Amino acid sequence: MRATVGLILLAVIGVGVGISLLAIPFGAPKTEIGDYYIENAREDTGATNVVTSVVVGYRAFDTLGEVTVLFVAALGLGAVLATAGGKRGRSGVEPASLILSAGNIFLFPLILLFGAYIFTHGHLTPGGGFQGGAVIASAFLLVYLSSPGKRINESGASLTESVSGLVFVAIGLLGLTHGTHYFLANFLPKGALNTLFSAGIIPVIYCAIGLKVGSELAGVVDNLMEETE
Amino acid sequence: MSFLHDYVYYIGAFGLVAIGLLIILVKRNLIKLIIGLSILDTGVNMFLISVGYIRRGTAPIFSRPGLEPDGMVDPVPQALVLTAIVIGVAILALALALAVRFYKTYGTLDLRKAKELRW
Amino acid sequence: MIIIVSLLVLAMLTAAVAALIYRDLLSAVIASCLVSLLASILFFFLQAPDVAMAEASIGAALVTAIFVIAIRRTKRYEE
Repeated sequence: MRATVGLILLAVIGVGVGISLLAIPFGAPKTEIGDYYIENAREDTGATNVVTSVVVGYRAFDTLGEVTVLFVAALGLGAVLATAGGKRGRSGVEPASLILSAGNIFLFPLILLFGAYIFTHGHLTPGGGFQGGAVIASAFLLVYLSSPGKRINESGASLTESVSGLVFVAIGLLGLTHGTHYFLANFLPKGALNTLFSAGIIPVIYCAIGLKVGSELAGVVDNLMEETE
Repeated sequence: MSFLHDYVYYIGAFGLVAIGLLIILVKRNLIKLIIGLSILDTGVNMFLISVGYIRRGTAPIFSRPGLEPDGMVDPVPQALVLTAIVIGVAILALALALAVRFYKTYGTLDLRKAKELRW
Repeated sequence: MIIIVSLLVLAMLTAAVAALIYRDLLSAVIASCLVSLLASILFFFLQAPDVAMAEASIGAALVTAIFVIAIRRTKRYEE
């Protein structure tokens, strides 16, 4: 019964979506705002990666909201999983094999370095704070898999997260008094194109986002792995 | 062949959306439902990116001199999808935490067996 | 080029169908990880390297890990 209703609903939705898809031409230019961003992003923000200049330049306030959503989701996950008994540690986890634990010692700093490279070069090459943060969180995931007894340093993680969030908001507020006087306005020198110290506030904000996302996602994994029986 | 050349990415995106919706509508296991949600998410992202593609365009990054601005793909859908992926992982983690909590309360992941939630 | 893309799309849809029909949730999660991985390759072909990186690092790695942890705390088989 439920499967039949589901299939009928799916057929109706599928026909509608299919007809509307055939009306959208593939591979043709469509929006004018995209052309504007591509033409003017280098002069306006100083970043050579146009996607980065849209995410943290033109629409930085949007990104602040997105980071807030991620923070609230991590908070809600902790609240849903928390019980009155408190945390008891992880039981019944097998110790990892020699290859995983030995490889982790070698790989952990390299993965952290790679994540930091991704978010510091977000304005020049593909990548940015969100991708770099996810890479950093996967390094902590590797630690959890290789040595189940180890725990994330909770006060350190929450300190990193709050400080980087505060840096993001503080840079936005500084834009009100300096530069062109609006929230998240650029007040640092833009520098030469295609160099590491260019693009004004974009690398600073992306470093803050990278640290914040990395510590939040590592905290999410940590919360899910806790046994709270 | 020409049809495939025009619409192969749309077929992929549409197929992912359809399969994700089918999983959500037909299955009753909570974790299977969340897997369907993640596939649906990927399908919608795929559709947005393929709408922004311009034929023979290059990625919107001025990584070397000599790249022309008029031959680049649209950066706006890419920025949108970047946001959507990060929000997607937050939603999935929260949904999985609720599923774990559901299992603790009812001892099952099956929506039929939870008496209060029957429809 | 178009043949490679068509094969990738076909493999992606096959992985999605596999995620639909597997009764073992762990196998279904690995199939959905494969969907994300193939989607990130397609994003790269669509000239979106930023999105491809995000999908590969978040969609394929972190989401799969979170799913596996949640399955370990609940039940592996769908009845």
